[in-house]
Amino acid sequence: MTPDATPFHILLVDDDEDFLFQHRIQLENAGFRVTTASTRAEAEALADQARPDLAILDLMMEQHDDGFILSHHLKRKLPALPVILVTAVTSETGISFTPTTGAERAWVGADAFLSKPIRFEQLKREVDRLLEGKTPGGRG
Amino acid sequence: METLRVLVVDDEQGMRLAVARVLSPYTVRIDDTTGHTVRFAVETADSGEAALEMMAASAPDILLLDMKMGGLSGLDVLHEMRARRIDTLTVMITAYATLETAIEATKRGAHDFLPKPFTPEDLRVAVRRVVRHLMVQREAKRLAEEKRQVRFQFISVLGHELKAPLAAVEGYLQILKDGSAGADPAVIARVVDRALVRTEGMRKLIGDLLNMTRIESGQKRRELVATDLREAATAAFETASAAAAARGIRLALQAPDRAPIVADRGELDIILNNLVSNAVKYNRDGGRVDVTLEPGAGGGWAIRVADTGIGLTNEDAQRLFQDFVRIKNEHTRSIAGTGLGLSIVKKLAQLYGGTATVQSEPGVGSTFTVTLQG
Repeated sequence: MTPDATPFHILLVDDDEDFLFQHRIQLENAGFRVTTASTRAEAEALADQARPDLAILDLMMEQHDDGFILSHHLKRKLPALPVILVTAVTSETGISFTPTTGAERAWVGADAFLSKPIRFEQLKREVDRLLEGKTPGGRG
Repeated sequence: METLRVLVVDDEQGMRLAVARVLSPYTVRIDDTTGHTVRFAVETADSGEAALEMMAASAPDILLLDMKMGGLSGLDVLHEMRARRIDTLTVMITAYATLETAIEATKRGAHDFLPKPFTPEDLRVAVRRVVRHLMVQREAKRLAEEKRQVRFQFISVLGHELKAPLAAVEGYLQILKDGSAGADPAVIARVVDRALVRTEGMRKLIGDLLNMTRIESGQKRRELVATDLREAATAAFETASAAAAARGIRLALQAPDRAPIVADRGELDIILNNLVSNAVKYNRDGGRVDVTLEPGAGGGWAIRVADTGIGLTNEDAQRLFQDFVRIKNEHTRSIAGTGLGLSIVKKLAQLYGGTATVQSEPGVGSTFTVTLQG
């Protein structure tokens, strides 16, 4: 990416301050523009104005399923927006909150599921895959 | 009403019938908190062999076991029960309750003796005794299990509470290692700062944990001396003053010139530091913290710490003094804490025969009150 090219814009949503900061600097260093939000409400408000090219959402924020609901809402509003859902639940509780049935997955609408701890290369790979062939700011 | 299964093992039919006749209509009232009544379902066996077979299928609650029988003796049955890990409470019925047989049977696990010949009342007394023992045993088992569960849960939550900051620190180190933070010194400085903040959080958690373990195990050497609560409050103000000043929060103390109390000064410091630092942390910028020390009856004190902060709902207030409970909402998200501070305060208050409570109104403030008996 050349410095003057318009960068892809990523919406990063998590209630964990450190997760937000770490991924913001890594994504920015990799050439993305990053907007962060730490609640579902904040993210929904931002998505309207910011028009991101991709969203990375944490599953558990104030409510255990905030990520699912946020993903559902974002996809309804912006069907072409790629969404990555990140969750730490599996390793913490031994219970998998990943939607298992086709109907559940369709409702949540996320394009990829990653579980914490995530390595940045892994996240970057998913981001690149989901943005392949797209143009920043474009809705295609 | 609960029914306990009693197995009577005797090779004399008359004895089996007599026991069944006495126990079938008999009930025992349990004098514990439940106050429930126990009745008996009597089963019989005419030999040790038959008894073992029955117990292998389903162990009774109480065993009345004759010592001297043809075939397997009562002692043989006890021996076999132990080998097969059947731990039914057993009363030995014996015609010659000599010291030696008593010792031998006790060694093999018998709980009590009923010397032959016995009256119906002797039998009822022996059964009542064994029922009481059974209930005590059950209660002890239940409490032990409950304690085990609480421990497991504590350790599992603790593991998570340590894992989260560790993962954050690891993330920051990784960023520094692979250079993905870029070259901006301000960004690098913030990365290091955050890693240090999370490390400090872990250190505090471990400190709280050690305090708590000492309080709970009762192994901490407590030095109860004549000391002054006012001094402890003033010291807590000094500790919190930088954090308070940074956010324009005023600290005020209302107390008599001297507030004498016999206490462990370290424990008073923990209580006041926790309350005052919470009142600052969960306050609004430019708010107030008012600490009041009020003498109570019999040389005790009430410590009241009022803030003008975010407050709590009733529901949150109920859970607040439990281990690892932190109220998670938009106001508290960026406030660091171990979730053990108030739990420790409450445990310490209890060591002084006191209480720790909170009254709060969301958006207005909270008042924490700790009472200490003199």
